[in-house]
Amino acid sequence: MTGALNLLVALAMGLNLLALGSSRLPSLIRAAAVQGMVLGVLPLLLEHEFHGLVWVVAAATIAIKGFVIPGLLRRALRTAHIDREVEPLLGFIPSLLLGAMAAIGAVAFAGALPLRPEHAGTLLVPGAFATLVGGLLLLMGRSKAIAQVCGYLILENGIYLFGLLLIHATPLIVEAGILLDLTVGVFVIGIIVDRIQREFDTLDTRKLTSLRE
Amino acid sequence: MTTVLDILLRLAVWLLLAPLLPGVINKVKAWIAGRRGPPVLQLYYDLAKLWRKGVVLSTAVSPGHVAGPAVAWVAVLSAALLLPLGPAGTALSFRGDALLFVYLLAVARFCTSCAALDTASAFEGMGVAREVSYAVLAEAAVITALLTLALQSNSVSLGTMLVPSAGAGAGLLAAGLFLVLLAENCRVPFDDPNTHLELTMIHEVMVLDHSGPPLAAILHGASVKLLLFAVLLAETVLPIGKLSPLMATAALAGSVLVVAVGVGLVESLFARLAFRRVPMLLTTAFLLSLFALLAAWKGAGA
Repeated sequence: MTGALNLLVALAMGLNLLALGSSRLPSLIRAAAVQGMVLGVLPLLLEHEFHGLVWVVAAATIAIKGFVIPGLLRRALRTAHIDREVEPLLGFIPSLLLGAMAAIGAVAFAGALPLRPEHAGTLLVPGAFATLVGGLLLLMGRSKAIAQVCGYLILENGIYLFGLLLIHATPLIVEAGILLDLTVGVFVIGIIVDRIQREFDTLDTRKLTSLRE
Repeated sequence: MTTVLDILLRLAVWLLLAPLLPGVINKVKAWIAGRRGPPVLQLYYDLAKLWRKGVVLSTAVSPGHVAGPAVAWVAVLSAALLLPLGPAGTALSFRGDALLFVYLLAVARFCTSCAALDTASAFEGMGVAREVSYAVLAEAAVITALLTLALQSNSVSLGTMLVPSAGAGAGLLAAGLFLVLLAENCRVPFDDPNTHLELTMIHEVMVLDHSGPPLAAILHGASVKLLLFAVLLAETVLPIGKLSPLMATAALAGSVLVVAVGVGLVESLFARLAFRRVPMLLTTAFLLSLFALLAAWKGAGA
């Protein structure tokens, strides 16, 4: 059980680096989507007793993070005629190296934390830290709004991983609520992206600082 | 006396088998392209032909131009002798020979580069600059991979490091070392061994001014280096120590063949990367080795 769990979290950590290293928006979106799907499976492994709601939440997470949100982003990409280049502010190799450093630092740091015995052997906490940092790096180091949305999604995946530590204590309905918020957020961003593109002919968020009346 | 005989026998194995590998790769490429392709033994014929030819030297070069390839050839062969050959183990093994292995490969590169710079040709200088700047990144990946193996087996001698399988990180290490193999041997995503355009060459441009026996030494050294990396990759993944001698030999030969076929497939199915993307792929190789190191470190701690 722990083996499968660690394998999936390690896969998610690998997908972080893939997202940091991808130079095209579609592959970045795909990396964020696959990561969401991989993490969506985790509640099934963590919850010991069979529970109808767990299946529903897991299925909803996989469907929304793996298909609905990427679909919305791809649609925004298509209708707003956005270039597929990512245009990094922070180069690909520096961001990859920073992401790898974050992963190693997270593993070392989690080893020093006073975790509960059932979490100490798993990669949940290091995975959460590494994913958070990966998402933050994407948010800060990419200039296009769509790439920043992907960074935000990966950041949310990291928070979700942290939330899994408390899966026995929090009701799953909270998780379902977060999922709904996320979908609405990305939905709204899709519309805003279209507006920005029409107004400024670019999605470069640096240009938005020169907004005037 | 037996040690000398043993070393000579191993040397003969490396010398004679190495030129087979490029032949296999070319055959695979020919099959995929639907051609008959050159015979598998083509490199042997080429080497024999080159060995009989005379040397044409530019008036500008120093004796180092001929000495460079010779030293590089000997250095690669010595590095090959340090690797264990399946169940037969190593002929020369001492504490820390993994470091010597890395340095011998670096010496070989240094000598080829110096010999190329010696001609004072602008193209060759450009090729050297590219070769050396990629080698820095590839070396980082090799050293990290060796560190992983050293951590896993608690030893810094290649003879004992490569005997057990690499455990949890074996897949990561294999992927990282395969990328390094492609980069170090100038294979397709990094360099095209068939290119004849000086502007895009990396390794090939460094040997433009060599002819006759020195060129034969360079070509043969390159094939030994390919075999060396293939054996290193195979022994990293395979648990050689756990198999019976016959099985281990068969597994080693089989996986070297698989690596050669894999190189051929990559070469026919992928396009060459743009120059500015190469460091990215080599950084990926380094990160793969680094994560294998992380897995080994966590595995040792738990």
